[in-house]
Amino acid sequence: MDFTFTEDQLAFKEAISRFLMTEAPPEMLREIWDTEEGRSPELRRKMAEQGLTALSVPEDQGGLGMDDIAWALLTQELGYYAIPDSMADTAYVASGLLTALPEGTRRREELLEKIAEGNFRVAVAHSVNPLVADVHVADKILIEHEGQVHLVSRDQLDYERNSSIDSSRRVSRIHFKASADSKIADADCGAAAWGETLNRGALAVAGQSLGLAQRMLDLSVDYAVQRKQFGKPIGSFQAVKHKLADVVSGIEFAKPPLYRAAYALAHGDPRADLYVSHAKLACCQAAMVAARHGIQVHGAMGYTWEADLQMFMKRAWALQASWGTAEFHRQRVANDILADGAAIGPQYTFEG
Amino acid sequence: MQLKFNDKQNAFRAEVREWLAQNVPSEPLLSYDTREGFEQHREWEGKLYQNRLSMVMWPQDLGGRGCDLTEWLIFEEEYYAAGAPMRVNQNGQYLLGPTLMEFGTEEQKHRFLPRMAASKDMWAQGWSEPDAGSDMAAVRSKAIRDGDEFVINGQKTWSTRAIYADWIFGLFRSDPDSKRHHGLSYLVVPLDAPGVTIRPIKALNGKDAFAEVFFDDVRVPASNCIGDEGQGWSVAMATAGFERGLLLRSPARFQQTAKRLVDLYRQYAADYGENGALRNAVLEGWMGAEAYAQAAYHTVGLVDKGAKIGAESSINKVIWSELDLKMHETAMEMLGAYGELRGGSPAALDDGSWLEGFLFAQAGPIYAGTNEIQRNIIAERMLGLPRA
Repeated sequence: MDFTFTEDQLAFKEAISRFLMTEAPPEMLREIWDTEEGRSPELRRKMAEQGLTALSVPEDQGGLGMDDIAWALLTQELGYYAIPDSMADTAYVASGLLTALPEGTRRREELLEKIAEGNFRVAVAHSVNPLVADVHVADKILIEHEGQVHLVSRDQLDYERNSSIDSSRRVSRIHFKASADSKIADADCGAAAWGETLNRGALAVAGQSLGLAQRMLDLSVDYAVQRKQFGKPIGSFQAVKHKLADVVSGIEFAKPPLYRAAYALAHGDPRADLYVSHAKLACCQAAMVAARHGIQVHGAMGYTWEADLQMFMKRAWALQASWGTAEFHRQRVANDILADGAAIGPQYTFEG
Repeated sequence: MQLKFNDKQNAFRAEVREWLAQNVPSEPLLSYDTREGFEQHREWEGKLYQNRLSMVMWPQDLGGRGCDLTEWLIFEEEYYAAGAPMRVNQNGQYLLGPTLMEFGTEEQKHRFLPRMAASKDMWAQGWSEPDAGSDMAAVRSKAIRDGDEFVINGQKTWSTRAIYADWIFGLFRSDPDSKRHHGLSYLVVPLDAPGVTIRPIKALNGKDAFAEVFFDDVRVPASNCIGDEGQGWSVAMATAGFERGLLLRSPARFQQTAKRLVDLYRQYAADYGENGALRNAVLEGWMGAEAYAQAAYHTVGLVDKGAKIGAESSINKVIWSELDLKMHETAMEMLGAYGELRGGSPAALDDGSWLEGFLFAQAGPIYAGTNEIQRNIIAERMLGLPRA
């Protein structure tokens, strides 16, 4: 029993953090917001150079074969720096879906190799998401259809671009007609793979939300220390302190469920749905509290376009319902723990 | 990260489970806030001790069995799952015990810890005074050195179960000219010493759950001082955080409450149909307790690797106390009109146990440092916000 990270895992998180801090400062995010595609090929290229796109591609396809636990750490950094790229969709969610399909599935190995190389974007359309991220720049789109896995190119698809309050998110509604040509896997193997994929999508949102929460907390603490009223930093007032204490409490108690969920996914735990949904709810809730208290602590500045808080707040709001609404995930928790004979109680923290 | 228990841990769990299955009283003990119930609980603690199960993580020569913290968590999981009696001597075992381990002399450890593990000595805490609650550094009770003794005068209050207990520990001002957290000493005092007067205070449940303790020229030997004279504040603070956060209220306690809450909701839904708001509150309860349990394993893993846990544990105290309150409020809502009934009432459900828990949960955000103080600690020490 060791519910902590190894030195290597912590060093990995630290290295990613340093890299993104340098490569994606807030000024750059604002520039990318204003572009038509909302994506920076330059930033994506640099992330690929760091090996991030190859992270969980199997070694046979030129990847690093790392598991969900690495993504629980990496996605927090993607959130912390509000990276305007859906890299996790390609390199984690799509890569995980393809890996879960039987070897020899049409196009599987070829796509995995391209993902590992880095200059390749895959959007993932699961029925839990009425809006699909990054279809407009996707080289390929993987689509769930009655448990089957379909693969299409952008030009084979009707899609309608929409504008999100988070200018880093580019979402489309798609209209897709399934055909024998587009199908790469049947429901008998696809359904289980889609189940895992939904969990990976939700875990990626959870990790990003937690990173966003931490960033909003850090911004709010900085502001509360610098901003003076009544001759004192506002952070010396208990009304402000207690709000920020609640933000950090929410974050610290969302981390263990996130790591528990990542471990469950990495080890094929039969209760992975339960753990992932708990993580998604806890992390998204931590981000909502960080946003609400963050803007309150920032006062009128928090309501401006100018203050950086908005970038993280909007991302947090937008991700709330991505890969399953709160109600969707609450229902999944209920399906497990309210069932007859559910293994719950103090003896089942890690085994049940 | 490796979330499997090893063979030794599994064997320990099996042993504890079996022992509890055979020994947990089939009828619940009387409330330990009564004399009779207190002595029943003392007897139960003695039984635990005989099997080296009262303080499993203490060293063997001090009455424990030398378990690590993971094994302690396992013990707690089995203990609460078995519905075993509440631990009557927790203030001694979880608040004073670790302080003695760190600051006590060998003589003090051997004098106090085995008897504490066996509950031959029951301990009350003496932190608060009428004018020193959240502001603990305002304590005024004096302990003035006179040769090989301290002479104690003053008053402590909110001392849990002090009318039944054998000893009290607390902070006393040993330098009469000192201010605030300077000049305090950490002393232990037998409650049958001449000059000690104990007056019970009825708690919300109508029982003598705590007391005021008056000291009139009470003499204790200098060897009853834990740590150096005048260093009482740092002695008390050094171990306050981790214990307050984790040991005092282990996650298993709340996981068991969450499980009972799930059972209550299933019964409710069967009787009255599904209710989304109540369902959500029940799910929140389960998730909160589970997150606390996972956080505890994470903390224990860090401590095993040599980390020192500080202000972070104030988060634990806020979380478990407010979780406990929320779960009991949810239960009361489900009990509806029956919620107000005391145990023993013919129509009471669960013999009034939810009501009893609900009353006690009201105290959670207040005792062991109010949640307002905890939030100050979190904001100042973890986030670096300036002091007022």
